[in-house]
Amino acid sequence: MLEYISIIITAIFVNNIVFAQFLGICPFLGVSKKLSSAVGMGAAVTFVMLMATTITWLLQTFVLVPCGLEYMQTIVFILVIAALVQMLEMIMKKVTPALYLSLGVFLPLITTNCAVLGVAIKVITDGLNLGQSVVYAIATAIGFTLALVIFAGVREQLELVNVPRAMRGVPIALVVAGLLAMAFMGFSGIKIG
Amino acid sequence: MNKLSIILNGIVRDNPTFVLLLGMCPTLGTTGSALTGMSMGLATMAVLICSNIVISAIKNFIPSGVRIPAYIVVIAAFVTILQMLIQAYLPAINDSLGIFIPLIVVNCIVLGRAEAFASRNSVFDSMLDGIGIGLGFSIALTLLGAVRELIGTGRIFGVALYPESYGSLVFVLAPGAFIALGFLIAIFNNLKKKES
Amino acid sequence: MVLSLGLITIVAGTLLALVYNTTKEPIDQAKLEKQTQAISEVAPEFNNQPTTEEVKFVIDGDTVNVYPAKKDGQLVGAAVKSWTKKAFSGSFSVMYGFDTDGNVTGYAVLAHEETPGLGAKMDIWFKDPVNTERSVIGLNPDVNNMTVSKDGGEVDAITAATISSRAFLDALSRAHNAFKQYKEQN
Repeated sequence: MLEYISIIITAIFVNNIVFAQFLGICPFLGVSKKLSSAVGMGAAVTFVMLMATTITWLLQTFVLVPCGLEYMQTIVFILVIAALVQMLEMIMKKVTPALYLSLGVFLPLITTNCAVLGVAIKVITDGLNLGQSVVYAIATAIGFTLALVIFAGVREQLELVNVPRAMRGVPIALVVAGLLAMAFMGFSGIKIG
Repeated sequence: MNKLSIILNGIVRDNPTFVLLLGMCPTLGTTGSALTGMSMGLATMAVLICSNIVISAIKNFIPSGVRIPAYIVVIAAFVTILQMLIQAYLPAINDSLGIFIPLIVVNCIVLGRAEAFASRNSVFDSMLDGIGIGLGFSIALTLLGAVRELIGTGRIFGVALYPESYGSLVFVLAPGAFIALGFLIAIFNNLKKKES
Repeated sequence: MVLSLGLITIVAGTLLALVYNTTKEPIDQAKLEKQTQAISEVAPEFNNQPTTEEVKFVIDGDTVNVYPAKKDGQLVGAAVKSWTKKAFSGSFSVMYGFDTDGNVTGYAVLAHEETPGLGAKMDIWFKDPVNTERSVIGLNPDVNNMTVSKDGGEVDAITAATISSRAFLDALSRAHNAFKQYKEQN
């Protein structure tokens, strides 16, 4: 139990996927102008990351390794993620049109979200078991959502202030992200158990 | 189109980092020093050139419905080949870039150029585009790496310019990556505006 | 549609298999070389193949590898690959060298995720030939109190990185235990 709590705290705060590991920066900068879309993107990423990590872990353990095909890892993983996103889009369109309307626009962006592939590869290289991998994937996605929501909140306020012309838009957003990363560094060194 | 201008476009007008704002993850994650930044840039450039050439060569055989998955397979294949070659012959670079080598697959620059340029132009032009964009990316990463290494540790490419104790360590750490990139983009924007 | 995608995948797969088979040997070679280089860096001078005589011990629930260094068949010491989980960012692994009496002859940090500029200084800190109060070279965990000076020990911790320093010594004591177990068995 303690082990899982430690994984969760580490993935959300100490090794935050955006601020400490630099993964998923593109959606982080792209979809963080409004708070509502940040929450939507976070939810979509959580779902895909959980599904993708579970499926790729099973594929790696029961197909690729027994067949000695570890070198196909990157191709197989990225195709699984792409197929998963495509499927999810079709299912959501049919079953829950309301949810599709709110999340649908984010789905195609997730295929090239390196956080999803990054987590899938990282649980393999770190040698986590299935339970740990699933917990790690969920916690990482929560960390991603948290970063996105905080950042979107700050950026909404940023619209109202007078920023030097050259710094407007992405540059000032990056500086804000740097300050947030500094705040998250306060969590480093925290240990449980 | 003038052949030289294709290359120059990639470096200045369509600079992937400072103008298109693509491929931010490796840009921030691998620029702790000028050397790692440059190796990442060159690795991406190698994949970009190869995938641009192959995709441009096979563009007429791929039905448009499976266009994107086909591109992804081609890119992933080249990334894996590159990864194995680096592991075999440059293990030190493999250690310093780590997970960012397989993640070249999801670098939006590579897929973006396949879709926007290689699928519409000749093989030779696509190769030039790969070189141009790849150089633009490498220069940007080397520059960011050099700035962070200099302010953070007083060195560039490991050559000491002033004592390390005067450096501001935060620029080597995560927050400095965001802040340094923010200011570099602002400077690039300003220079471009003055020119035009 | 499916046919062309399948064709591309098959071509890509064959190509990968080809490259995989040609690079497999150099990759293994590079890994082994890194290992051997670390061993010869830390252990007393030897002329056997320590990697082929590797002995594994399970200490605190994980493996510690002992690579015996022999000269003309005579044991002169060993390189010991140890780890710690008390590091600032989780864990790291270090190769330590010992002579037959258990004195530290050297060390090489193999993999770590400690903060650059702070904990990462351990690469050189504990073998500093000028500031000997930092150095662990020549000390023996059986004789010397090998904890950081803040805890009453004989080793000066890295400035602003006490946790990394404690973790380094934690890995060292585990390596020393493994080497003692190895000597008892032989």
